Amino acid sequence: MTSRGRSTGWWVVWGLVVFLGIIHYDFWYWDDRTLLFGFLPVGLAYHAGFSVAAGLVWASALKLAWPHRLEAWADEGS
Amino acid sequence: MSLAVGDVTPLWIILGYLALLVGLGFVSTLNFRGTSADYFVATRSIGSFLLLMSVFGTTMTAFALVGSTGKAFQSGIGVYGLMASTSGLVHSLVFFLVGIKLWAIGKRHQFVTQVQFFRERFESPFLGTLLFPILVLLVIPYLLIGILGAGAVVRGVTGGMFPDTFAGQPHPVTGDMMFVGAIPPWLSGLVVCGVVLSYVFLGGVRGAAWANALQTIVFMITGVIAFVMISQKLGGMQAASEQVLANSPKHLAREGLIGHGQFLSYALVPLSVGMFPHLFQHWLTAKSAKSFRLSIVAHPIFIMIVWVPCILIGIWAVGAGIKAPGGNVNAVLPSMVKGLLSNPVLTGVLTAGILAAIMSSLDSQFVCLGTMFTHDVVVHWVGEDRFTDKQKIFLGRSFIVFIVAVTYLLSLFPPANVFDLGVWSFSGFASLFPLVFAAIYWRRVTRAGAIASVLVMAGTWIYLFYQGLIAHEKTEGDFLVAGVMPVTVIFLASAAALVVVSLMTKPPSEESVARFLPPREVVS
Repeated sequence: MTSRGRSTGWWVVWGLVVFLGIIHYDFWYWDDRTLLFGFLPVGLAYHAGFSVAAGLVWASALKLAWPHRLEAWADEGS
Repeated sequence: MSLAVGDVTPLWIILGYLALLVGLGFVSTLNFRGTSADYFVATRSIGSFLLLMSVFGTTMTAFALVGSTGKAFQSGIGVYGLMASTSGLVHSLVFFLVGIKLWAIGKRHQFVTQVQFFRERFESPFLGTLLFPILVLLVIPYLLIGILGAGAVVRGVTGGMFPDTFAGQPHPVTGDMMFVGAIPPWLSGLVVCGVVLSYVFLGGVRGAAWANALQTIVFMITGVIAFVMISQKLGGMQAASEQVLANSPKHLAREGLIGHGQFLSYALVPLSVGMFPHLFQHWLTAKSAKSFRLSIVAHPIFIMIVWVPCILIGIWAVGAGIKAPGGNVNAVLPSMVKGLLSNPVLTGVLTAGILAAIMSSLDSQFVCLGTMFTHDVVVHWVGEDRFTDKQKIFLGRSFIVFIVAVTYLLSLFPPANVFDLGVWSFSGFASLFPLVFAAIYWRRVTRAGAIASVLVMAGTWIYLFYQGLIAHEKTEGDFLVAGVMPVTVIFLASAAALVVVSLMTKPPSEESVARFLPPREVVS
């Protein structure tokens, strides 16, 4: 990936993180007591889904904005 | 199989688990390379899986099992959003933005401790001297909570086992004898300290990483087993949740149990992982930057696997009308396992799981403090060239024994509200986050700004700590400042001091900055 591509990747990553940070507040289910599948409180399901989404966002972040040259810089010490 | 009073089966399972841990400790020392670099940072050779397990095991304390259940019992399902899913996002963010970069800087400069990094980064021995006692004092309550928690859990499950040996203690109000025949905390604390010491003394941070891998697997599986068994006893998941809807519907949502400001400001607490000295040391053990990838992706999912079952158990306990023993919500999970399941094997397995969560944090903290005393005090003040490699290992081991002994002795005379210190410890570390973030990203940050940030953080923390824990009457729930967590005020004060003083003082030389901040094309 070119330097420009990685720079765009960084903006995408930051956008996703800020987006996740905002929706983590959970505007929709603050006072909702619905039980999904008869047992799972909807507010808990929302944040459990959020945890999975966070894992997926980080997986894509690693693809988009991985600091490829950092390892060589660390190895230089020389 | 039911649990009769005096049945020692749970104790045998706990002892079997501890023996397995000691055995694993000896096996892991077969890989010990005999160098100080291996003892303190595992020769920077830890791969993805071991890094994930050791970092996750270190960040998840017993709170992940018993505390989460108790907190949900108290404040409902919103606890997951308050503490768990926030941590999943923020921890991975910190691993990605801070952990990888500190690993690279640590490898380039051969650092072993956090204080070494800050001292060199800001060319300030004073900053290192200032930070050292603050970091140690913030870790100590964290250690004490672990040892005291282990003592309380073992005492809870061994009641009635040895009535001729342990007479118990009188109730402070009624005078009736409590915990008759139970193994007292001084003895279980001694055993836990001894077990942890056995594998960290021999194998250092590598021994801790191996043990953490086993312990993380144990406490994750334990939580799921407890969840399945308890839900069956309550008539299935649907019946258990419907009981909550019927008896305490407020526990199914956040409204009325968790404030909006409290929910938002709690997101600052997980930033503490950026300044945990024991996590810094684990980051330095990574074989390469790529070793971090699995931790970054899996960490939020692992948190979900551990926390969701415990949150559900906590609200189900409310629905089933279960009372917190002695008003202690942290005793809800152990008492449900003991009272509801009445199965000695399960009681033993769950107790082993709780001890695993406790010890997987204790071991890293013991190694870390031993490393800090060795490198930041003795080697720094006497001189690097005055010690051979073997002598550094000897110093490290001696300090680990010293730290374990002091912590154990402190646990025999705990302050009354030691369990309330946890969030204050985390708030202190989180409020130092602006310092570490600026140190690796902001070229304009100055030595004076860094020192001002630490001093303001310490002053604000002490003031609010006094207000929250000493001057005020203890109330239900968290101590808040204008509706938000105290960490908000401390964090903002620390960040403001860092920025304002840095902008008012002379910028550092470009050569000084270039030693630690790689050129932009390297990191973008």
